Amino acid sequence: MTEKIDVRGLSCPQPVMESQRKMSQMTGGVLEVYVDSGTARDNVSRMAKKKGWSVKVDDAPDGFVLTLSK
Amino acid sequence: MSSLSAFFASRAGIIFAGVFIGVVAAFLQYMGNPPNMGICVACMERDIVGALGLHRADVVQYIRPEIIGLVFGSLLAAVTFREFRARSGSAPLVRFGLGFFAMIGALVFLGCPWRALLRLAGGDGNAIVGLIGLATGIGIGAMFLRSGYSLGASKKTYTTAGLILPLFMLALLILLLIEPKLPTGPVFFSAKGPGSQHAAIWISLCAAIAIGFIAQRTRFCTMGAIRDMILIKDFHLFSGIAGLVGGAFVTNLVLSQFNPGFIGQPIAHTDIVWNFAGMLLSGLAFALAGGCPGRQLFLAGEGDGDAAIFVLGMLAGAAVSHNFAAASSAAGPGLWGPGAVIVGIIFCSFIGFTMREKA
Repeated sequence: MTEKIDVRGLSCPQPVMESQRKMSQMTGGVLEVYVDSGTARDNVSRMAKKKGWSVKVDDAPDGFVLTLSK
Repeated sequence: MSSLSAFFASRAGIIFAGVFIGVVAAFLQYMGNPPNMGICVACMERDIVGALGLHRADVVQYIRPEIIGLVFGSLLAAVTFREFRARSGSAPLVRFGLGFFAMIGALVFLGCPWRALLRLAGGDGNAIVGLIGLATGIGIGAMFLRSGYSLGASKKTYTTAGLILPLFMLALLILLLIEPKLPTGPVFFSAKGPGSQHAAIWISLCAAIAIGFIAQRTRFCTMGAIRDMILIKDFHLFSGIAGLVGGAFVTNLVLSQFNPGFIGQPIAHTDIVWNFAGMLLSGLAFALAGGCPGRQLFLAGEGDGDAAIFVLGMLAGAAVSHNFAAASSAAGPGLWGPGAVIVGIIFCSFIGFTMREKA
């Protein structure tokens, strides 16, 4: 099952915190994170990789969608 | 281009940014900037406010090209790498207030986090007290963030809106270059004191543009460095500020600018309580606003109107700080400094406790 969260427009460090919170509720699977800045893209990607999730980045409306999977 | 982006996003990239800023800042001191103030976002914004006549402390008035350059450098990087995005609307007036009190706190300590690190690298022991205060304030901000604090999301807006602060910086650059003397007074440039000490305009401007460019790419942030360590156990940004201290320290040694001690340090005082509390207030305000004063300039350069409002809040805070005797001097805190810090901590706590997203 694919979960989704939208953190577009939020200031640092909320994109990372929200993603982390969602990931901690999941034992695995796929999480799509919608971000609107390069900063959030880089920060969420770095955090997810550190936690052992794989990260795929694609363009999305007003930013990027990060597909995190484990 | 993408390999350059990957480098800037890496650990090596952020360390490079920190070392670069540290070396350049110490070099700017050698070229004429005030001691341990190669780059201080708070002090330099305060000098600009003074040059415009919004405060009349005649020793701290100069249109600092560093502030202009930091915004221009970030704008250049954002446009080059297609990251310029105009956005605003995330509690702008609250951000103005946070900028205002961040400046009040910084001028009680006598420096922003950048200068606190540069003071440390120059041997000023009082900076340690300030940095402990800064970390404490950021720690309190992290607690608010953990319990759901949020200023809400910003929205995409017209490109023009994102260009207002860079255009304001352009206006400042024009004033700096033509140095008009109006019958009513401004612009004022200090004839003595720290405001009179500065490197050549083109050196300061080029150095700051380079820093702004690199900092926009690497997301360098002194507040984020400590916040991420506390909140998410991430040391990425912290390696940047470690690089800054290391770079400035070595450059100071080479240029004979390292003078260890507590007493008689340049543009500093030894009051432990208010060095600590001033930076606690600043750290808390920066944490609630999502970035240190440098980072706010870089965000403003890439089109963030809310960060621009924070910058304007800092400018207003500097004017009030000097007009109301809240800014410190080498002798210690100003008459109203301690009171202003307490009001600021109450303000920030009010924001932190009340602006929460319901779970």
